[in-house]
Amino acid sequence: MEHTVRRADRRRRIVSSATGAITALCALFAVAMLGLILGYIVWRGVGSLSFQFLIAEPQPVGEGGGIGNAIVGSFTMLMLAAAIGLPLGISIGIYLAELGGGHFASAVRFITDTLTGVPSIVVGVFVYTIIVLPMQRFSALAGGVALALVMIPIVARTTEEMIRLVPTSMREGALALGAPQWRVTLGVVLPAAASGIATGAMLAVARVSGETAPLLFTALGSRFFNFYELDQPMASLTVQIYNYAISPYDEQHAQAWAATLVLMTLILAINIAVRFLTRRRF
Amino acid sequence: MPAMSTSTPITAAPTPAVPEPRSNNERQTVQRVAPTKISVQNENFFYGRTQALYDISLNIPERIVMAFIGPSGCGKSTFLRTLNRMNDIIPGTRVEGQVLIDERNIYAPGTDVVDLRRRVGMVFQKSNPFPKSIYDNVAYGLRINRLAANRSELNERVEQALKDAVLWSEVKDRLKQSALGLSGGQQQRLCIARALAVRPEVLLMDEPASALDPIATQKIEELIVELKKQYTIVIVTHNMQQAARVSDQTAFFWLGKLIEINPTERMFTNPNEKLTEDYITGRFG
Repeated sequence: MEHTVRRADRRRRIVSSATGAITALCALFAVAMLGLILGYIVWRGVGSLSFQFLIAEPQPVGEGGGIGNAIVGSFTMLMLAAAIGLPLGISIGIYLAELGGGHFASAVRFITDTLTGVPSIVVGVFVYTIIVLPMQRFSALAGGVALALVMIPIVARTTEEMIRLVPTSMREGALALGAPQWRVTLGVVLPAAASGIATGAMLAVARVSGETAPLLFTALGSRFFNFYELDQPMASLTVQIYNYAISPYDEQHAQAWAATLVLMTLILAINIAVRFLTRRRF
Repeated sequence: MPAMSTSTPITAAPTPAVPEPRSNNERQTVQRVAPTKISVQNENFFYGRTQALYDISLNIPERIVMAFIGPSGCGKSTFLRTLNRMNDIIPGTRVEGQVLIDERNIYAPGTDVVDLRRRVGMVFQKSNPFPKSIYDNVAYGLRINRLAANRSELNERVEQALKDAVLWSEVKDRLKQSALGLSGGQQQRLCIARALAVRPEVLLMDEPASALDPIATQKIEELIVELKKQYTIVIVTHNMQQAARVSDQTAFFWLGKLIEINPTERMFTNPNEKLTEDYITGRFG
């Protein structure tokens, strides 16, 4: 009797430590890959990085130049995308979580889930058809709309999830004080879910800041600074990286690596900002 | 909002399997000379197809504490929540019969549910402070109902509500801090303060002390006895001693039916029904 118990015990321990070791190895592998990618980008990119590189326009090969216009362009189009995508996405999420119980809501939920999985180049081609063709030119506006379209389903679903996490008892508490439904949603539920919604929103911004495909057919890219002309083509970090990476010149390859480093830093900064801004105050 | 079928007076009451509740309400009313605040007539309640309450009729006089006791799932919380139409927010629920508050049927078409809930406040089993400051929690109901004309009146009423809930001395120096930093007992008293701030006429309490330690429970019980000078209080409790300590009348629910309603003293010493006696003496439930 004692013998069998001990054997079962030993077996359990072996299985337990083996499972632990395997999962730890997998985790290590994933993190190591990420670390390798990051390290390689830093190694290749940091050489071409300079203050001049960050503020200059692109120049012909051999004359240096930089990605200042691309940084400005990426920033502008992200702001544009956020201005369009966040209000829409958050509103959809509120509708789905607070009001949507019927067939229409189920349909909306299914469609947003499907849209999340649509390749972003499809979104680019779609926006090309509905905005670029009628306007007869590539534009920052089209780029911003394309990014917003990628963003909306992500924001909608995270918002819905975050609002669902707010306990029913809190809604009941507010309703029991004679609060109408809309005030409960705006005054109690949304503030309670705010930090989660903000996190989702910022992560969606970070996610689309790395998008290239939707911008190729819409904002096109540009070699010049464009600060406010939203109806004109606009540069972006991702498209610039793409163009430099496929060029035949070593100098442009090096610049592509440096631009990649800048983009990664930008995304990292957004993620850190998310953590900083959404610390729980209450 | 689910569709509500409302105010269908029942002509032929179904014969219940259990004895009719023998009410001492009339005698009680004469003794206390208190007008009836809430009068429920032949209420049936359904969650979808499941009937949860069967033909409940009772009267609750003004400014008393009425306790509902009974085993889990007997419908006492459901019944409590029909008194301020809190069940409206649960899809698929349906009420039959009449609930009269000040002689007006709250399930009549055209009833302003928002106004009803302001007049019939509620404290829940689990304290549910909003993730706001202590001050903003208490001020919430006052602000949404525009009950304070200006800043100083708002301050006054928040202070008064916190004093009524015997919480003021503990929080007066930290009104701007998060309500979530309070202890469980303090949070529950904050929720009571929040409900009192809008000065409801009736206060419904759904096991307000079930998650609290004995000291916090005692504070809440003392508070209830104090509050009945101004409010009509209906309290659901699992704790028989609590019902005995705080209430003037007690109603015993069993399987969705009202078995007996009597003055608390009589209920706990000489109940009319064998079932009540068995429950109170701990033979089941």
